[in-house]
Amino acid sequence: MRTGEASTAVALHDATVAFRLADARLYTAVEQARLAVADGEFVAIVGPTGCGKSTLLNVAAGLLTPASGTVRIFDAPLTGLNREAGYLFQADALFPWKTAIDNVAIGLEIAGAPRTHALQRAQGWLESVGLGGFANRYPHMLSGGQRKRVGLAQVLIRDPKILLMDEPFGPLDAQTRQIIGNLLLQLWTADRKAVLFVTHDLEEAIALADRVVIMSAGPSSRIIGDWTVALPRPRDNFEIRLTHEFHALHREIWAVLRDEVMKGYAQAGEAVG
Amino acid sequence: MSRVTLLALQVLVAVVVLGLWQFFASVPVFGKMLLPPFFFSNPVDVAKQIVAWFVSGVIWKHLLITLWESILAFAIGSVGGVLVGFWFARQPRVAQVFDPYVKMVNALPRVVLAPIFTLWLGLGIWSKVALGVTLVFFVVFFNVYQGVKETNATLVDNARMLGMSERQLVRHVFWPSALSWMFSSLHTSVGFAVVGAVVGEYLGSAAGLGYLIQQAEGVFDVAGVFAGMFVLSAFVILIDLGVTLVERRLLVWKPKLAEHGG
Ligand SMILES: Nc1ncnc2c1ncn2[C@@H]1O[C@H](COP(=O)(O)OP(=O)(O)OP(=O)(O)O)[C@@H](O)[C@H]1O
Ligand SMILES: [Mg+2]
Repeated sequence: MRTGEASTAVALHDATVAFRLADARLYTAVEQARLAVADGEFVAIVGPTGCGKSTLLNVAAGLLTPASGTVRIFDAPLTGLNREAGYLFQADALFPWKTAIDNVAIGLEIAGAPRTHALQRAQGWLESVGLGGFANRYPHMLSGGQRKRVGLAQVLIRDPKILLMDEPFGPLDAQTRQIIGNLLLQLWTADRKAVLFVTHDLEEAIALADRVVIMSAGPSSRIIGDWTVALPRPRDNFEIRLTHEFHALHREIWAVLRDEVMKGYAQAGEAVG
Repeated sequence: MSRVTLLALQVLVAVVVLGLWQFFASVPVFGKMLLPPFFFSNPVDVAKQIVAWFVSGVIWKHLLITLWESILAFAIGSVGGVLVGFWFARQPRVAQVFDPYVKMVNALPRVVLAPIFTLWLGLGIWSKVALGVTLVFFVVFFNVYQGVKETNATLVDNARMLGMSERQLVRHVFWPSALSWMFSSLHTSVGFAVVGAVVGEYLGSAAGLGYLIQQAEGVFDVAGVFAGMFVLSAFVILIDLGVTLVERRLLVWKPKLAEHGG
């Protein structure tokens, strides 16, 4: 825990986001979202598919402007892009024409760092994510999990104060998820950033986060639950899941989430029919 | 199929076709020549003509001229296509204004432009280059325009979140994307450059492979026509091979299309 800092890294106040559909109707994805992430806090967002988790991250990143409500970053209103944030996107976002090391170094290079220095730092970051030997590979020569780790290094090298992660381990198998989750925990423990972490995996959310936030099924999705995870740190992503406290909390949150997941499926079916 | 078998079969096809051609052009069947030499010549004469061209060295001049015209047409057309395609993709309003005219010019069969280019630019290489440019330009232009317009939105968002300014975005995202689209149409555009050059020569010139073929046709020298066609095919295949090599070096970052085992 940091001492003497009580500032809020990300604060959404009654943020409502609507999309204009092709037929000119408005689709309200997220309604009156109220969410605060303290500096150094790890918050996980869980919700049924299509409820607006990515939308919420895009708002925090400044890529989307809410129709109403306010976004404050470190207590200042957000205008334009969120310069304090690093964003690990849900979809692959590495530059396919750059090698792994160039992909990682680019954030420093565009900020004006000399190339040799940037490459040196990038190599260091590749090593921290366990890919020191893959510096000269192009993204298509990496596995899905390796690409995600390069993406993580690409974001972290800029040392953002806020880390936005959208299902970063989404397409990976269970074992790889746990390993990379542990890696993330280690990196985060070394230098506590404010983290907003989207996942559809409730177990993962509880194992990693300080707080778990549940969103209701869309449209007009709302934040319907907010649990503090009082499990001790440092944690191990594998072992924490075996504890009694973990199971108790999981059961409690799942009771709420399950209904929303079912609703989410039902509504998606109606929208199609 | 192993490589050796494949090669053997490919050679066999050539041998059979040439053999049949030679046979029916020199041996009468039921008192009638199926491939009269006046219309079809025969492989031996064609080969003799090709050898004669290379021995005397006259062919080099024509090959060089055609090569030079193709290179110029490709270079000018590509640079123009990339720049205009890029500009249109980044300035949708400009693209909207010019859209009908681009479509109009592209719909025009380029052959009809050849006499005008000859009129404007004379019988030298530039009228051929101009014809090639009108072909290459549109291939590259459409590819780059489409490619840049459809640059992956997540990639652009990522670049902006990493702190890129508009200029850096162009340099690190849109520009590589435009070039990759240009290179993906490399075979087509190089092919069109050669087509432009040869058709231009054919329609009026004093040198080049197209001129050679046209001259032979003028005097009903069928062996000469076929010889010209063979040299032209070999020329195009060599250029295409060169393009493949360049492509391999420049597009290392692109996933290879699944290659079929054989
Ligand atoms: N550009 C857009 N135009 C219209 N509707 C959109 C747009 N982007 C998202 N939506 C809709 O908004 C809702 C929320 O989308 P979002 O991507 O935030 O979901 P999500 O919670 O991240 O889902 P998942 O878990 O599947 O990634 C969805 O119903 C989606 O169809
Ligand atoms: Mg999403």
